[in-house]
Amino acid sequence: MSFVSVRNVWQRYGDRSILERVNVSVDEGEFISIVGASGCGKSTFLRMLLAEERPFKGEISIDGGETAVEPNRERGVVFQRYSVFPHLTVRNNLIAGESFANPLGRLRGVARKEAADRADRMLERIGLNHVADQYPAALSGGMQQRLAIGQAMTAKPRILLLDEPFGALDPGTRVQMHDFLMELRVETNMTVFMVTHDLQEGFKLGDRVLVFDKPRWDPQDPGLFGATITYDFDASNDGVPFQDILDQYPSLAAG
Amino acid sequence: MRLINHIPGRPGAVILAALPFVALVVAYTVASDLRLEANPQDKLLPAPGTILETAQRLFTEPDKRSKEILLWNDTLASLARLLGGVGISALLSLVLGLAIGLMPYARSALSSFIAVLSMVPPLALLPILFIMFGLGEVSKVVLIVIGITPFMTRDLAQRVMEIPKEQIVKAQTLGASSSVIALRVALPQILPRLISNVRLSLGSAWLFLIAAEAVASNVGLGYRIFLVRRYLAMDVILTYVIWITLLAFIIDWLLKTLSRRSFPWMEAGL
Ligand SMILES: Nc1ncnc2c1ncn2[C@@H]1O[C@H](COP(=O)(O)OP(=O)(O)OP(=O)(O)O)[C@@H](O)[C@H]1O
Ligand SMILES: [Mg+2]
Repeated sequence: MSFVSVRNVWQRYGDRSILERVNVSVDEGEFISIVGASGCGKSTFLRMLLAEERPFKGEISIDGGETAVEPNRERGVVFQRYSVFPHLTVRNNLIAGESFANPLGRLRGVARKEAADRADRMLERIGLNHVADQYPAALSGGMQQRLAIGQAMTAKPRILLLDEPFGALDPGTRVQMHDFLMELRVETNMTVFMVTHDLQEGFKLGDRVLVFDKPRWDPQDPGLFGATITYDFDASNDGVPFQDILDQYPSLAAG
Repeated sequence: MRLINHIPGRPGAVILAALPFVALVVAYTVASDLRLEANPQDKLLPAPGTILETAQRLFTEPDKRSKEILLWNDTLASLARLLGGVGISALLSLVLGLAIGLMPYARSALSSFIAVLSMVPPLALLPILFIMFGLGEVSKVVLIVIGITPFMTRDLAQRVMEIPKEQIVKAQTLGASSSVIALRVALPQILPRLISNVRLSLGSAWLFLIAAEAVASNVGLGYRIFLVRRYLAMDVILTYVIWITLLAFIIDWLLKTLSRRSFPWMEAGL
């Protein structure tokens, strides 16, 4: 039984089909990159994984569970923008990852102290300890996204959903973020879904790259058919196939 | 250079800011002089000196009958009504605005009702309020509440709906319940807006207060102005008007300072 399983999922808005017959199984700890043309429904797919919206048809289950009806702590998310709370300091944004699940959204006394300590360790981890008491508006785009990822991780989700998380960053910062994300992944073995417009990024980070596209196309009515997963590439080893074939089959080297 | 690119220097800006005030005082003094020269008994435009004397008397000398300083009594009564009404409105609009902005059911039930309510001219309701709540304090406070709550509620609800969806979804993925989202995500972000709404509404609140006091009261700044109008006591009226303006200015300044102190995150990015 796979960890995340998407079975025959359809989505439509009004009479416009966006997605159809989407099937995919993902193992725990896999990093899935999602690419596709603009407007083909990548974010829609992510929103359904997030349970922000429900599929028109089909099931999405995490670890054998039911299709969720609303977002919950099982699913962490980082959007391209607006993923952190502007009115909380950097440290409090991380503490929110623990305290928001409480009835009043607050932690008191010892619990608060411990959460603050954990937040400080996470700040160290994501390289933001020098701005712990500042507000997000004072942070650069890359720092804000690091904070957003750190905040999502603080809640210890089962799967992490990233919708073009580095889309607004300059190329240099982007590369730094890749390294950061890879390290974090090695540490936590988190299952990740990441939408990106950058194929290279998708292959570099992902274990698999899913391509969304419309297999059927009606020129009279573009809204008639939806997109689905048309390719499911193996992207381990940076997307270069058979790189480690000699390790797997040492006998080949002999010949 | 274009007019829009001419920028006054620091001293120039201060002088320019003072100019309209000076012009007003000069114009008044000249007009008053002209009238008093023609008729020393004229009451319409008392000399600035007369107004000052009257002001000093009003602020310091107790009334002969009641042995109390009427101006301070009026001020206290009016401020209590004003702050009561505005405070209740602020609280109501906060609760309603959060509910309408966050909960689709509350939005469906209330938003058109409040939109219609905000079209009702509050002063037209004044007679009804006097009949329903009597001539005492309640009707005056209720007039202010009816007058400014709908507008503040609509604006706050709008502001809540403008909070990026991403933040609301993010809070849910952190396990936040509806009330935590309301209290810890939405509320702090609309508080600055609440204060600016209160600042904007205070003008209308004063209007409703003075109107209500003018119609039926026995103490209050508006009551006094309309009382002495009968004796054409312009010096008293002008003192009261200047005093009300000063009070309004101070309240506005306090709110502005409060807003700047309380929401450092608003300016962190500037
Ligand atoms: N709530 C909605 N109601 C109606 N139509 C919607 C809704 N959300 C998305 N759409 C439409 O569904 C289609 C897919 O949108 P989606 O955001 O999933 O695309 P995307 O692949 O993420 O595109 P991009 O790469 O530009 O982010 C778009 O044509 C969009 O206009
Ligand atoms: Mg998208």
